[in-house]
Amino acid sequence: MEATQLNPATHESTAIVAGGKEYLTFTLGSEEYGIDILKVQEIRRYEKVTHIVNAPEFIRGVINLRGVIVPIIDMRLKFNLGSAEFTPLTVVVILNVAGRVVGAIVDSVSDVVHLSHDAIKPPPQFSSALAVEFIEGLASIDERMVIIMDIEALMTGQDMALVDQAA
Amino acid sequence: MSFDMDMSQFQQVFFEESAEHLASMESILLGMDIDNPNPEDMNALFRAAHSIKGSSATFGFPDMTAVTHDLETLLDRVRKNEIPLTTDIVDASLEARDILNTQLRAHQGGQAVDPAAVTAICTRVKALTGQPVDDAAGKKMTAGEKESALADVKTNASTGEPVVYQITVPFKADDPKKKLGPEVLKYLRTLGELEVLGRDEERASLRLTSAASRDEICEAFSFHPSADLVIIEPPEGAKPCKEKKPRKKKAVPTGSGRDPEISQPIQTAPEPSKDQETSPVVAMPVEIQETRTPPRPEQKAAAPAAETSIRVSVDKVDLLINLVGELVITQSMLSQTATAESLVSEHLYDRLLQLERNTRELQETVMSIRMLPVSFAFNRFPRLVRDLAGKLGKQVDLKMVGAETELDRGVIEKIADPLNHLIRNSIDHGLEMPDERIAVGKDPKGTVILSAFHQGGSVVIMVQDDGKGLNRDRILAKAKEKGIPVSDNMPDSEVWPLIFAPGFSTAAVVTDVSGRGVGMDVVRKNIESLGGRVEISSEAGKGSTITIRLPLTLAIMDGMSIGVGDQVYIVPITAIAESIRPSLKDIKTVVGQGRVVNVRGEYLPLIAVHEIFNIRAHSTSFDDGILMIVETDHGRVAMFVDELLGQHQVVIKNIESNYRKVQGISAATIMGDGSVSMILDVSEMARLGKLGAGIQRAA
Repeated sequence: MEATQLNPATHESTAIVAGGKEYLTFTLGSEEYGIDILKVQEIRRYEKVTHIVNAPEFIRGVINLRGVIVPIIDMRLKFNLGSAEFTPLTVVVILNVAGRVVGAIVDSVSDVVHLSHDAIKPPPQFSSALAVEFIEGLASIDERMVIIMDIEALMTGQDMALVDQAA
Repeated sequence: MSFDMDMSQFQQVFFEESAEHLASMESILLGMDIDNPNPEDMNALFRAAHSIKGSSATFGFPDMTAVTHDLETLLDRVRKNEIPLTTDIVDASLEARDILNTQLRAHQGGQAVDPAAVTAICTRVKALTGQPVDDAAGKKMTAGEKESALADVKTNASTGEPVVYQITVPFKADDPKKKLGPEVLKYLRTLGELEVLGRDEERASLRLTSAASRDEICEAFSFHPSADLVIIEPPEGAKPCKEKKPRKKKAVPTGSGRDPEISQPIQTAPEPSKDQETSPVVAMPVEIQETRTPPRPEQKAAAPAAETSIRVSVDKVDLLINLVGELVITQSMLSQTATAESLVSEHLYDRLLQLERNTRELQETVMSIRMLPVSFAFNRFPRLVRDLAGKLGKQVDLKMVGAETELDRGVIEKIADPLNHLIRNSIDHGLEMPDERIAVGKDPKGTVILSAFHQGGSVVIMVQDDGKGLNRDRILAKAKEKGIPVSDNMPDSEVWPLIFAPGFSTAAVVTDVSGRGVGMDVVRKNIESLGGRVEISSEAGKGSTITIRLPLTLAIMDGMSIGVGDQVYIVPITAIAESIRPSLKDIKTVVGQGRVVNVRGEYLPLIAVHEIFNIRAHSTSFDDGILMIVETDHGRVAMFVDELLGQHQVVIKNIESNYRKVQGISAATIMGDGSVSMILDVSEMARLGKLGAGIQRAA
């Protein structure tokens, strides 16, 4: 994705260090997730959406993002996490994946962290709300476990019903 | 026929477009990988040549049409892999492109093009195409050709004093490597007066009286297979070649020009391997471009055509339209907020009003950037009609009305083909032969009227003819043959649309004008893809009228906002016939067919929006809400909604760019308060409604 810096010492400020990436972490219920920050376009407050007819329940609807129609997915409904209630902390993470703009509702965003490749451990074989193929790995930040999610694979996946599936 | 209309405004567009095509041809040619050409590039080249050919013919520049025709034939063969791509072909294409460019500038007020140069390039391109070249014919010069050659000497006279060259060319009639192609002779004739002095077993001798430099003569043989054996002898006192043009194909030893006795060998490299050493064709595109342009100082002096318009990419215009749309929404949100919170002082009110006026004006102006007079689509038809009438032996008068009506550029581009088809149909099938017309007491000259005008929020384009009209019996017979359910006493209004069925042609014979290829179904599909509708009316013996109703632009639509439950939807105004408040006694249930409603004696299928979309309506019974009668592909349908909210101009926003297709929804729009509303696709709604109880339950 981004050019790997040859001399990390002089580029500390940009925090792009060889072999690592920056991740945006957010919470869904009691779990904490991280996604590649380069896929994040912006973070917005939740505002009223327009319902899409006959759409799956986790697709709340669409919003007008400066003239672009953007579908909004409620990640909590999608993964049956948390109560899917709207609090002042509830935000919409606008993502840029696979050439599409999609919004994801999360309970709150926590932080932007830098993780080197080594810090991300492969996920163990378990069944989670999130299908294993969408988990890049697990990372520990200050005793907290962060699930690193392959958001692009998730959003373009079949069960998201965001894209037309070839018949 | 109105040939005398002012073409100059369209010509400017033609000039711009052709210049663009020529520029892209050049860049493609220069970037072409000879050994492994990209088929997409070949197609793009072919299309560019084809476009110039088509439009130059339309605008009456036959010289450009002639050159592009030959070029197009060559490119087509290469494109279809009938002949391999060679450096020669690329060179010739580039030269043809340069000639076209000069021609184009000539039409824009520059100096006239040397007709001989045009002939030379056509001949060269034709030879490469592999069109049969009659060798003997080239060697004998008719009196007429001699005259034109002489005339050419005069045109070239300005470059210097004519001198006499002796040219000896290896010649063997049965050896293709040692033959003189007519293209060589033709080219030489463009340079001056050419005489074939004679030929024996070994060589042919030519005498050329020309003002051209030796290099230019050398060029005639640059593609000769045994060019290195060609001997050009300038007479005593001939000046040395002044123009040392770095030819990419050959290294011409230029210093030897002073000595009349030293023959000047020209190196050609037919093999690609040798070629690459001497000629970096692909690697140095800039050089090629420079050397390819014939050094004609009088043409270089021609002033470039004055810029009266700029070409801007449609993407940029669309972005501008989007941004202005946003501005309008922001403005109206601002007004609403100010009014709602009763902050409005008199000053603020005035300024908000001013802002509103300014934004509206800005929006109108920006929208008009995309608008063009419909004459851009119409202007090609006088020519088409003339040619068709000639071909079919009919007499046709084409009348065009309202050609200044403005329409979105995108619509104009897409409407031209369907119109073309309709006009062809009218002339081929509609109008009778002159004697038939006289026999039924009509003017032997048939009339086709092409008209455009605004009606409400849409533009109407009509193609009318005074021919024999549609043949009801034949359409019904054909429909039965095709297995379409029809009855003999169907009203005309249901019979005529049958011709839009796929593969439906009642033409007794397939002519090369119509009766095959795209049918009326394609016409209808194209028009519907633009959000338009087609209607036919016809009267036997009196003629037919085809009416096309189109939205003003593709980006904005007039819509009626309707409320269903908590949701607001938009229905295109063009689809709405009327709205009525139903009374329960008019609504009947038909077993297995759902509901129907009796509207003044006509039973229309009734569909309820909330049922199809699985949402909760406010109305509990049908007499609480409103029935909208809408025109769909499946006929008229009554759509039940809670309420009508108002009429708006809405900006059409694609949902599918970030989401998938939603059944029953064609697009979305942004309302005055910034929220999103869905635009209903009434035809799809009708289809869903007829399927029964809507789509599958929500997941």
